[in-house]
Amino acid sequence: MASMTMIQALNSAMDVMLGLDPDVLIFGEDVGYFGGVFRVTDGLQKKHGLTRCFDTPIGEAGIVGVAIGMGAYGLRPIVEIQFADYIYPAYDQLVSEAARLRFRSAGDFTAPITVRTPYGGGIFGGQTHSQSPEALFTHVAGLTTVVPSTPYDAKGLLISAVESNDPIIFLEPKRIYNGPFDGHHDRPVTPWSRHPASEVPEGYYTVPLGKAAVVRAGEAATILVYGAMVHVALAAVEDSGIDAEVIDLRTLVPVDIEAITASVKKTGRCVIVHEATRTSGFGAELSALVQEHCFYHLEAPIERVAGWDTPYPHAFEWDYFPGPARVAAALRRVTEG
Amino acid sequence: MAQGPKSSKPAAAAKPAAEKSLGDKDELLGFYREMLLIRRFEERAGQLYGMGLIGGFCHLYIGQEAIAVGMQGIKQPGDQVITGYRDHGHMLACGMDPRAVMAELTGRAAGAAKGKGGSMHMFSTSHDFYGGHGIVGAQVSLGTGLGLSNRYRDNGKVAFVYFGDGAANQGQVYESFNMAELWRLPVVYVIENNQYAMGTSVERSSSETHLFKRGASFNIPGAEVDGMDVLAVRDAGAKAAEHARSGNGPFILEMKTYRYRGHSMSDPAKYRTREEVDEVRKTRDPIDHLQERLEKAGLADEAALKAIDADVKKIVADAAEFARTAPEPEPGELYTEVYAEASA
Repeated sequence: MASMTMIQALNSAMDVMLGLDPDVLIFGEDVGYFGGVFRVTDGLQKKHGLTRCFDTPIGEAGIVGVAIGMGAYGLRPIVEIQFADYIYPAYDQLVSEAARLRFRSAGDFTAPITVRTPYGGGIFGGQTHSQSPEALFTHVAGLTTVVPSTPYDAKGLLISAVESNDPIIFLEPKRIYNGPFDGHHDRPVTPWSRHPASEVPEGYYTVPLGKAAVVRAGEAATILVYGAMVHVALAAVEDSGIDAEVIDLRTLVPVDIEAITASVKKTGRCVIVHEATRTSGFGAELSALVQEHCFYHLEAPIERVAGWDTPYPHAFEWDYFPGPARVAAALRRVTEG
Repeated sequence: MAQGPKSSKPAAAAKPAAEKSLGDKDELLGFYREMLLIRRFEERAGQLYGMGLIGGFCHLYIGQEAIAVGMQGIKQPGDQVITGYRDHGHMLACGMDPRAVMAELTGRAAGAAKGKGGSMHMFSTSHDFYGGHGIVGAQVSLGTGLGLSNRYRDNGKVAFVYFGDGAANQGQVYESFNMAELWRLPVVYVIENNQYAMGTSVERSSSETHLFKRGASFNIPGAEVDGMDVLAVRDAGAKAAEHARSGNGPFILEMKTYRYRGHSMSDPAKYRTREEVDEVRKTRDPIDHLQERLEKAGLADEAALKAIDADVKKIVADAAEFARTAPEPEPGELYTEVYAEASA
C-alpha cells in the first residue's frame, strides 16, 4: 500500500492495465510526451512506449471516433478528453456510435472504450473549464457513467471501466485530484495523505461498477451524492450535527437503486447533492427514483442542492458551488419538517 | 460503350479505361454476377418498400454497384470495410447473406442485426463489415480507428472507408485525414461521389469539387476514378491498397458515380432532370458496360449472362420471401444488447 493522490491512483490504474493487457492503449491531447494537462498520464509513454500512450491532434470528434473504431476492432482504448467542457464535439460519436453499436449490431460489435475526462468546478476555471455534464451521458442508454470520490475508488473503478465491455464515461472531479475538498474554500487544503482512502494498493484490484458506498452511516436523513460533493456532504453533516447517512453513488448509470432504497426507507428523508445545474440534472432522476421506490417511507419532501441554472460563473464561484452551508440548510429542512 | 465514359456531366469523366487488361473470365463473370445481384436486390427492396414491408429509410445503391464490387475484388481476407447509410450493396459485396440483409430491412429477428438496426445499421464480424452508419461522416473517424488498429497490431490489413460527397464536407473527416497521414495508417478512403448530397449538388456545396484533392493539405495522395467502370475501380483500388498496405499511409479515391434512384425513398427529385438520369443510365451503366465487354471479348454470350440473371433473380426472390415471412423479434429483445451484462 502507498499513499496516493487521485492523480497518482488513476495513473497507477492505467500503468497496471497497460502492463496486463496489450489491447489497452491510451491517447489524447498531450497525454504522451507531456503526460496530460493534470499529469494523470505522466510517465506512461516513457515506461510503456510510444505505441501504447501517444499524443493526438486537437480534435475531440476524431479522437473519440478513432477510439470507437479501435474498440469495434477488439482493442480497449482509454482516451482522455482534456476537460469535460471539451467533450461536446465528440458527443455525436459517443451517443450515436459508442452507445449504440452493441444494440444496432445485435451484439456483433461493441465499443469497449473508456473516456476519461476531468470535470467539475471549484478551480476558478470559468464556464469552459468547470462544467459537470454528467446528465448528458446518464440520459443515453448504452453508456455507463462513473464518478470516483477517493484515490482508492478512482483506481479500482478505472480498472473496472477498462475491463468493461461497454463504453464508459469516466468523470474525474478535478477539484479533488490533489486532496479532498470539503467546500470550505477559505480554509487550508488538506492533502490526500491525511485521508484514509488515499491508501491504495500498488497492483491490480477493482471496485465494481454499479455499486454505491455508504461513506457515513446515519439515521436522520440520506444524502445521495457523488464526486467532489461527497466531501462537501460530509462537511455539512459535521457542521450541522445532523446524523445523516451519506451515500456515494460512484456509478450514476447503472445506479445502485438497492443501496438508495435501503437507506431512504430507513431514514425517510432525502437530500440530493450535485454541482451540475439543477434543471434536468441527474438529481432530477434520483428524485424521481426515490419517489417511485420510497414514496410511502418519505416523511418530508425530497431536497435537491445543485449548481444554479446559469453558466458556470467566474466571479461568483463560491455562491454557485453548492457548499456545506447550502447542504446543511437542506438537511435542516428535511429533518425539521 | 466500350470507349469509356462519354458525358462530361453530370458524372464527369475520368480517363477512358479501354486499354487496361480485362482480367480472367471467372473474375469478370463474378463482377457481373455481384453487380447484378445488388441491382436486383435493390430493385426488390424498392418494391417491398412500396408494399409497406420496409418502413422508414431505405437508400438504394442502384447505379453505384461497380464501386463496392470492384473494390471487393482487390480486398484481402481480414481487410475491413466501413461505410455510411447507403450500405446494402456493400454488405452483399462483402458476402453477407441476402436473406439476412433483406430480413433486416423488414425488421425481422433473422435480420443481420436481429431487426434492431434496419437499413442503415447492419454489421457482420465474420465478413469484416463494420457497418452501416446513419450519421453522415461519423464512420470516417471509426474507419480511421480501424486503420490505427491495423497499425497497432501490425497485421498487414487495410481499412476501406467509404463515404459520400456530402460527408466529404464534415469536419471530423479532416481530423481523421490528419491523423491517418500523421501516423501513416493503412486506410483507403473511398469517396463515392454520386454528385448529390441528398438534393444538393457538389457544385452547390463544395468550394473544391475535385474531392480527390481534399487530402492535399495533409499530403494524402488521391486519384479520380470512373466509378461506373468496375475494372477501373478494381485497378485504382489495387494501387491505393498497395500504397496503404506497404506503409505509405492513406490514399483517397474519388469514385465518380451516379445514383439512379432518389436519395431515399421519399425524394421529390427536383434537383435534377429526368433527362439527366436517363442519359447516365443509357450511356454509363456499369452493368451494361461490363456486359458489352464480356460479349465483345467472347467471354460470355447472351445465354450465359441470362442464366446468371435468372440465378440472381432466384436468390433475390428467395431473400424477399424470407424477409416477408420470417417472424418479428420478441418484444423482450428490446432490452437485450444495450449493455454487456444484459446480453446473453
